Amino acid sequence: MAILQTIDLKRYFGETRAVDNVNLSIEQGEFVSLVGPNGAGKTSLINVISALLPAESGRIIFRGEDITRTSTTERVRAGIARSFQLVNVFDNLTTFDNVALAIFSRQGKTANLGSLAHLDEDVNREADGILDQFGLGAKRDGNARDLAQGERKLLDVALAYALKPKLLFLDEPTSGVSTRDKGQIMDTIASVVRGEGITAVIVEHDMDVVFTYSDRIVVMAQGAILAQGTPDEIRRNEQVAMVLLGSSGPDAFTRKD
Amino acid sequence: MPATTGPSLPRLLVVAALAAAVLALLPMGIGLYQTELLIYGLTFAIAALGFNLLLGYTGLLSFGHSAYFGMGAYTVAFIMRDLHIYSMELCILGGLVASFLLSALFGYVCVRHTRIFFSILALALSQVLWSLAFKFFWVTGGTDGIRVPRNQLTLLAGFLDFKGAGAYQKFVYTYYYYVLVLFLIAVAVMWVIVHSPFGKALQAIRDNETRAGFIGVPVRRYRWMAFVISGMFTGLAGILWAPLNGLTTPDILYWPFSGEIVFMTVLGGFRTFTGPIVGAIAFNYLKVYAVASSQYWQLVLGLVLVVMVMVLPTGIVGTIAHLLGKLRRR
Repeated sequence: MAILQTIDLKRYFGETRAVDNVNLSIEQGEFVSLVGPNGAGKTSLINVISALLPAESGRIIFRGEDITRTSTTERVRAGIARSFQLVNVFDNLTTFDNVALAIFSRQGKTANLGSLAHLDEDVNREADGILDQFGLGAKRDGNARDLAQGERKLLDVALAYALKPKLLFLDEPTSGVSTRDKGQIMDTIASVVRGEGITAVIVEHDMDVVFTYSDRIVVMAQGAILAQGTPDEIRRNEQVAMVLLGSSGPDAFTRKD
Repeated sequence: MPATTGPSLPRLLVVAALAAAVLALLPMGIGLYQTELLIYGLTFAIAALGFNLLLGYTGLLSFGHSAYFGMGAYTVAFIMRDLHIYSMELCILGGLVASFLLSALFGYVCVRHTRIFFSILALALSQVLWSLAFKFFWVTGGTDGIRVPRNQLTLLAGFLDFKGAGAYQKFVYTYYYYVLVLFLIAVAVMWVIVHSPFGKALQAIRDNETRAGFIGVPVRRYRWMAFVISGMFTGLAGILWAPLNGLTTPDILYWPFSGEIVFMTVLGGFRTFTGPIVGAIAFNYLKVYAVASSQYWQLVLGLVLVVMVMVLPTGIVGTIAHLLGKLRRR
């Protein structure tokens, strides 16, 4: 059963068709990668679905409900969470407080101004558990701004994960980190997401990462969906290889030119 | 399990109790005039504390907080002059309701914007109130203001009054403790607010409003709530100031007074909880002695502000905390 469907979704920036009549369907529990050259519309698509940008036309159906006109907060409450291409955390809060705040928000407790946040044992326990899952336990009391780039990326994802979403969008979670850290970050994300049965859509440029972790790959070009299929199907698709690599052939994705 | 991220409560209570004890004992050693100055300092500290919920914790710089201070003060004056009610507790109640209504209305307009647009809108709205107080002299007394008769004031539901011989001295010493108790309550309430989940959400909005929205924080509504709380604290300060000053005039609604509240907060340090308190008390002394010592007192205050911003950008408390941190690391 599809957890998310977009129907003829459009978002233009003047003459540029960032999202052009996109009909996308994501199944419950899938790990989907969204790939494409720069400017293909990947980030714009998840910006529209997560309500960072309004849709020009078309519909977004999430768990059977039309959410096209709902606000960011309403979509978060419905179960959609996301991380960002450029790290988006609360720099002057501690790593622990970043995650704890997301938990308070999920529990509907952020309007509570009569109790001390750090005395909520349930939230403390859960936040510590999440920080340990993401390997950030040792950094819990330091400010988020003092974390290394890879750790900040993980915190960005941990913030979204703490909302216990049904659908999680991850926008380039490994960009700007070393090759060694990439594998570690993706292993952490994949184990957490698959362990909880969360549906995940990841925007990624590194095709090794995409082929290793995805159940399905959606290829975008010029705002539209060019192709979609399993990693093997995409690997064999010459049109995709041409668009992504500028060359085709049976070993286009593995060849080291 | 690791310790939670948060202040140590027992240590904090000890420090707070010591500070409260020092403040309670001070009038015995400093005389009538200094006690009076300290009452002014404490009332301004409540205003700065409220103002800093917006600046330090929510990231919104208001140049219009004179409106809420003035609303509190004028409400006390109206209650006494027009309703002939002289109970301070009823004046506080009336003043808080008026501050709530005004900040709810102005806040609804202002929080739709951020940065300079927010600041200018807050300033413009406060000036509307100032012009009303200035022009509608048959209601507000215009530049003459409205007298707030101390000798008819009663505290603690009529238990204390200030008539007869030695009334002024009795008023100053009694009113000091009255304001001190309300000041301590205000500090405790604000401390809980900024350390509550709501306070954390405000800090998240200050740091990154886009991400705050993406973890489900209703950004605009929380900004409005912070605005209202901030306005009510500043209103309380105005309420307490009115009987002490004995007169309300449009000066307290005018934009330079909003600037003074900003000055107090920056002087003490807006990135710390206690900064605005220290800044307000220090600013009050600074202004009083600058006015007494030179006709160019505005120049003195201006120079102090320039030096503070350039040399000590984290304010008095921020600088002390930084130095103590350095010492501890050695």
